[in-house]
Amino acid sequence: MTLQNLDTPARRARGLPAPPLRAFLSRYSLVIAFLVLWQASGKLGWISPAVLPPLDAILGALWTGIASGALVDDIAISLQRAGLAFGAAVGLGIPLGLLMGQLRPVERALDPILQLFRQTSALALYPVFILLLGLGETSKIFVIFWATLFPTLLATVGGVKQVDRKLIEMAESYGAGRVQVFRRVVLPASVPAIFVGLRLSATTALLLLIAAEMIGANKGIGFQVMNAQYNFQIPLMFAAILLMAALGLAANAVLVLLQRRLCRWSLD
Amino acid sequence: MTLDTLGDATARGAVSLRHLTKSFTLNGQPLPVLRNLSLDIRGGESLAIVGPSGCGKTTLLRLLAGLESADGGQVLIDGAPVTGVGTERAVIYQEPRLLPWLTVLENVAFGLEVRGLPRGAARDRARRHVRLVGLSDFETAYPRQLSGGMAQRVGIARALAVQPEILLLDEPLGALDAMTKLTMQEELARIWHEEKVTMILVTHDLEEAIFLADRVLVLSADGTPPAVIPVDLPRPRDRNTGDFVRMRRMLMGRFGLH
Repeated sequence: MTLQNLDTPARRARGLPAPPLRAFLSRYSLVIAFLVLWQASGKLGWISPAVLPPLDAILGALWTGIASGALVDDIAISLQRAGLAFGAAVGLGIPLGLLMGQLRPVERALDPILQLFRQTSALALYPVFILLLGLGETSKIFVIFWATLFPTLLATVGGVKQVDRKLIEMAESYGAGRVQVFRRVVLPASVPAIFVGLRLSATTALLLLIAAEMIGANKGIGFQVMNAQYNFQIPLMFAAILLMAALGLAANAVLVLLQRRLCRWSLD
Repeated sequence: MTLDTLGDATARGAVSLRHLTKSFTLNGQPLPVLRNLSLDIRGGESLAIVGPSGCGKTTLLRLLAGLESADGGQVLIDGAPVTGVGTERAVIYQEPRLLPWLTVLENVAFGLEVRGLPRGAARDRARRHVRLVGLSDFETAYPRQLSGGMAQRVGIARALAVQPEILLLDEPLGALDAMTKLTMQEELARIWHEEKVTMILVTHDLEEAIFLADRVLVLSADGTPPAVIPVDLPRPRDRNTGDFVRMRRMLMGRFGLH
């Protein structure tokens, strides 16, 4: 009788004998080199600091923006837009995806129209949404929602449809009805696929947030990127870009953490 | 053969096959797999079903499980016709079919919980059956952490936990390596003896059939009528006795094997 994979510390030791510092360097040395190169190229005059300001100037601009409160409002409104849109997309996408995955007729009826919508660029539709919903918050949130919906929806449908038939039959042979099969087999089996969709959706939400804010907003991080460039506040522009990257990393980290908690069984 | 190993006609878990007929459609042509099959299986008996691929062994087991319905004839369990899955039967498959997000204990409790037992009571009862298959130390392990043999034991424990009268096994050891397979055959013989269930076992392995069964049902793919061969060997069985070897040679001969 053998037990595979149970002894994780031993396995980790076998796979990664490196001490923490080496492990850190092997993972992040390229990022560090990139940042050093960036800082040096400005300082050494390889590239004009007016175009590519050194990192300390960018971080300085970021700090000033946050300390003075000027950027805080932008962060808040951007988070609100992306959050509302993402929440709505997930709130609709997961239940609808579960329904479509379970009921063939629903999927057959909805799939063509959803494919049509999905293949139409959300940004191309933004002017339409503005015409329909006005220039305010609603049209911005809606365009983000629109693009964010599809990754979660399609991943959920796919997840439900690829549940192992044999597991469902096993549950049925113990007398499980439709609801029990759904709750005890289909739903938990779909969670890993749903998470793939959620992470894609989060990335899409931030992408569309910036685009929507660049096109038609007077507040928000995306607006700041554009506005700082118009006003030639290049360090501030980079600060806003940096902020976006941080937001994306944070969103992904939260989802990965949640995934680890919910699908411990599927991860190594 | 003693009465104890034979089972008796009045025990629960008696199965009657009455004129069972089933065909499938292949490229628009009906393909008969079971033709007017009748057989009585006593409560507590151990019956093995052998035959070449396509002879309908697995189909017969699925009819017994209530996962498929016959074209003609019926299956009676303790005199009542089978119309679907039932609480007096449990199926063990070739793959363990464990739910990967549940621990060993939770998997074993699954059947009980599906049948409405409260979680706590289900886990308590499951714990006994986890012990029966020797996996008490692995109650909190997940399926991906188990070897093939261990995973199959969990599947067996899950089936036993619902305390079925009839255990239906579809090539349960077919995917295991030779050594594990022999150990698990001993295990199945012990469990059958201790739990006093009717055991109906589909297998490719003639030696396994002789080792475990009171009778062997031999199905054919070419329409030759099925044969029922009693295995008159004392239990616990020994694969190396002359009688066992003679029995195996006879059974292999039926398939033109040596």
